[in-house]
Amino acid sequence: MFYRSLFPRDVFAELDRIQRGLQQGGGDLSPSIRGSARGGYPAMNVGSTARSVEIYAFAPGIDPTSLDVQLEKGVLTIAGERASVLPPKDAPATVHIDERFSGRFRRVVTLPDDVDPNAVEARYTDGVVHVSVQRKAASQPRRIPVQ
Amino acid sequence: MSDNTHLRQPAQTEATRATEALLPPVDVIEDGAGITLYADLPGVSRDRLHLHVEADTLTIEGEIALPAPEGLESIHSEVGLSVYRRVFTLSKELDADRVAAEFNQGVLTLRIPKVEHAQPRRIPIQVG
Repeated sequence: MFYRSLFPRDVFAELDRIQRGLQQGGGDLSPSIRGSARGGYPAMNVGSTARSVEIYAFAPGIDPTSLDVQLEKGVLTIAGERASVLPPKDAPATVHIDERFSGRFRRVVTLPDDVDPNAVEARYTDGVVHVSVQRKAASQPRRIPVQ
Repeated sequence: MSDNTHLRQPAQTEATRATEALLPPVDVIEDGAGITLYADLPGVSRDRLHLHVEADTLTIEGEIALPAPEGLESIHSEVGLSVYRRVFTLSKELDADRVAAEFNQGVLTLRIPKVEHAQPRRIPIQVG
């Protein structure tokens, strides 16, 4: 078995993939309590503005009803399941390449302290789960008028 | 069936060196009538997906466009580029003129049928 990175330019993702492969092989190299911070499915980008925190989870081909997005005590969880497209073992078909993820997934992100748990919006477009969490009004920057 | 690879990727390294691009993961499944290819291209909308078949080369290209509020600063990034590209070499028995494509929630499904004469036929055995 060999590891083909989804993002070949990303050395860290590549290393993580190899590490995960080792873990599946029985070794345990991950010291983090929530497992590997990078890599995994779905891939994630997190960005921030003065008013909000934006989370993008790259999870293509999911049935939207199987998606579960939860925010609890400042921890955002995105979970779901992706069906496999591979034919059953006894089917008269040959699988030449099998790289895409299938099965259940769950990823967890710790959000900054100043987010407002009541102002969350999640949208699933073009295979990307976009979660937008507003920051609390009190912590947003304000311009102070100079008298 | 296993001794000739129908989809190979020799052109890939040259193409990806032109501009940096993400390599989308794919599943390729072959049955008697043709090949089905699934590719993950999350973040790509229908109008930013480009498929080219030129001679025996199939190119899948897509550009990521995410809705981003003004002043967005990246904190953590696992998808660091905004272009996907992957190139496959098709073999002769595949009918490149009849490729059917479907694109739904970031998953591209390509069906490439085999040319008629390359489809498997059961050869009847005459009993004499």
